[in-house]
Amino acid sequence: MTALIALVRKDLVLFLADRRALVLALLMPVMLGAFFGFLFGGSGRSDNSKIEIGVASQDDSNISRQIISGLKADSSLRAVDLTPDEAREQVRKGKLTAAIVIPDGFGQASGSAFFGTAAKPEIAVFYDPTQSAVLAMVKGLLTQQVMQVVSAEMFSGKQGFQFIDQSIAQLDQAAAADPARKEMRDFLQSVKKFQIGNQAPGQAAAPGTAQGGGLSVPFVTHEQAMSSGPKYNGYAHSFAGMGVQFILFMGLDAGIGILLARRLGLWSRFRAAPITIGTILGARAMSSAIIALGLLAFVYLVGGVFFQIRIAGSVPGFIGIALCFALFTATFGLFIAAIGTTPEATRRLATFATLIMVMLGGAWVPAFIFPQWLQTASLIMPTRWAVDGLDAMTWRGLPLAAAWPPMAVLLGFSLLFGALALWKFWREDGA
Amino acid sequence: MTETLLQVQQLSKSFGSRQAVDAVSFALQRGQTLGLIGPNGAGKSTTVSMICGLLRPDAGAVVLSGVAVGQGSSEVKRLLGLVPQELALFDDLSARENLRIFGALYGLHGSALKRRCDEELERVNLADRAKDLVSTFSGGMKRRLNIAAALLHDPQLLILDEPTVGVDPQSRNAIFESLETLKRQGLSLIYTSHYMEEVERLADHIVVIDHGKVIADETPAALYLRLPTAAALHVELDRAIPEPSRQLLEARADVANVVVAVHRLEIALRRNADALAVLEWLSAQGLRPLHFSTTQTRLEEVFLTLTGRTLRD
Repeated sequence: MTALIALVRKDLVLFLADRRALVLALLMPVMLGAFFGFLFGGSGRSDNSKIEIGVASQDDSNISRQIISGLKADSSLRAVDLTPDEAREQVRKGKLTAAIVIPDGFGQASGSAFFGTAAKPEIAVFYDPTQSAVLAMVKGLLTQQVMQVVSAEMFSGKQGFQFIDQSIAQLDQAAAADPARKEMRDFLQSVKKFQIGNQAPGQAAAPGTAQGGGLSVPFVTHEQAMSSGPKYNGYAHSFAGMGVQFILFMGLDAGIGILLARRLGLWSRFRAAPITIGTILGARAMSSAIIALGLLAFVYLVGGVFFQIRIAGSVPGFIGIALCFALFTATFGLFIAAIGTTPEATRRLATFATLIMVMLGGAWVPAFIFPQWLQTASLIMPTRWAVDGLDAMTWRGLPLAAAWPPMAVLLGFSLLFGALALWKFWREDGA
Repeated sequence: MTETLLQVQQLSKSFGSRQAVDAVSFALQRGQTLGLIGPNGAGKSTTVSMICGLLRPDAGAVVLSGVAVGQGSSEVKRLLGLVPQELALFDDLSARENLRIFGALYGLHGSALKRRCDEELERVNLADRAKDLVSTFSGGMKRRLNIAAALLHDPQLLILDEPTVGVDPQSRNAIFESLETLKRQGLSLIYTSHYMEEVERLADHIVVIDHGKVIADETPAALYLRLPTAAALHVELDRAIPEPSRQLLEARADVANVVVAVHRLEIALRRNADALAVLEWLSAQGLRPLHFSTTQTRLEEVFLTLTGRTLRD
């Protein structure tokens, strides 16, 4: 017992003694977690998730002004006024993901085109080719605004009266040559009656109804973030991911430490002592697990204090997953040491393997971004279970029952890696 | 009456197709020092590893104080102290912290551990640097601490694998004085080294290993007898030696060879002690030695004679 405690204490003292490495081990997951968390929506308090677009209008019509007002009012967008040239340049430089330019005469032309009696005007949409997903979203929101504003204007606005009168006059002239135009003329006459009826003062549109008698999207959405926790926190996921990544790197370092000990003769000194190889490996596993737990605690402490990360689910579940992941980290290090050759070659190979594990485990970007087949395939990665488990206990706010599967998987991997490492060391060194 | 402390019996070990150690046998008496020498790759380190229980032999046995090493008995390991060839120390810890860890591996704790750390730091002249980080130590200081770490648990047998590699003459001398003190106190030692004069200074018995086999297992004095000459006598005479006298000199039983260069003679002697008799004989022949000196054949010559001069690595 004295030897075991001494070996564990030695590892902890050495870990704490290297101040530079310690600071890096503590700060790196926090800094990268904060960065990725910010990219993936932050704590949900700010409007970081809004898409910033440029809007430029060369048209002074009521329709164009209302479209731009509608875009600015949309909760998904942050629209800034620009000139057409500025809009084009800022998108070209990547400062904006998209920009809209409403051409001169758009209000007039869109009204004429609304009933299909004139050519459709063009709205220029500039977009960053690296952000093509944004294009579809901006086009959708623009379509919604244009349809609402133009239809409202056509059915109840001042401009609409003029358009209907003009269109009827044009159709009257054409009706003699084309009898089919008569039906359109009759339809517009009906619309005119509707306009006159809608002119009564004080008839404001109720929310969710056709605005001013125009067309509108025939539904509203009620968005609900599906977590049992208070609300989604992008930092919670990124801190879990970066915590898992850097703790695994620590485990890897612990494994490399065994290979270095072999090279330096320390391993011979340990093996010459009256202690079993199980004691030597067990001590290393214990110290690695303690350090892993300490790092995870620090990461979540900083996350809680500065980034509003909360354990909204089961606290025992969170502790259980943290313990199992710490054990997994420890045995992962032993496994690396068991299969490793030289410290240098092993570090290169193991770093690559670790990066693959954390990447497929959803530590960098959430696994739901992966294609479906990869989401399924990545379940073989223990890191996926660790990240998902920590997510489940933090922002998803799931109960203890949701912690059992990740705990079981991590424990299973720990037993597998630990047994393989012990077997390999026993075979080679177990004299 | 001597007591056998260590018996190495028909020890063999191979790595793949390479036979590293082939039926090596020797014994060490309690209180004695055994020098284990051999060229690089001869099998010394593998033999030491098996003695310490770090490697499982393919065949043979190591019996220490009547107990077989490697039979799962940790008690037998308490009888051994190993000083690895590498500096097996933690650079980022102090000298005392290093010793505390290595002492704890042998079950030492509390005041006993503190006392033993103090004693060993004193022995290797590092008491005043006990709190300093090992990374600030010179090579010689690290070597001394490396030895102290193996002595904390009062072993019966101390195995030193080239313990003076890369140290200055002062540190080497300090290490030797410590080892000689330990030897006088009755500690048994196994000492491997490339420095033959070190082995000669300490060892009561020398085992030469080459190609995994023991090729000599004798006292240093007996090893010298394996050479045709033990010393050389250099004499400058007052005149050239006459041919009859030269023939008589060469015919002497204690002279192996004579080389003549005008007034100077280089006489190869079978024993170092024969120099005086040869000088008296020359005087009796009417030849007056103006100057003379003797050089003793070094153990290195014995080593090279036994193992050959071909490079091994």
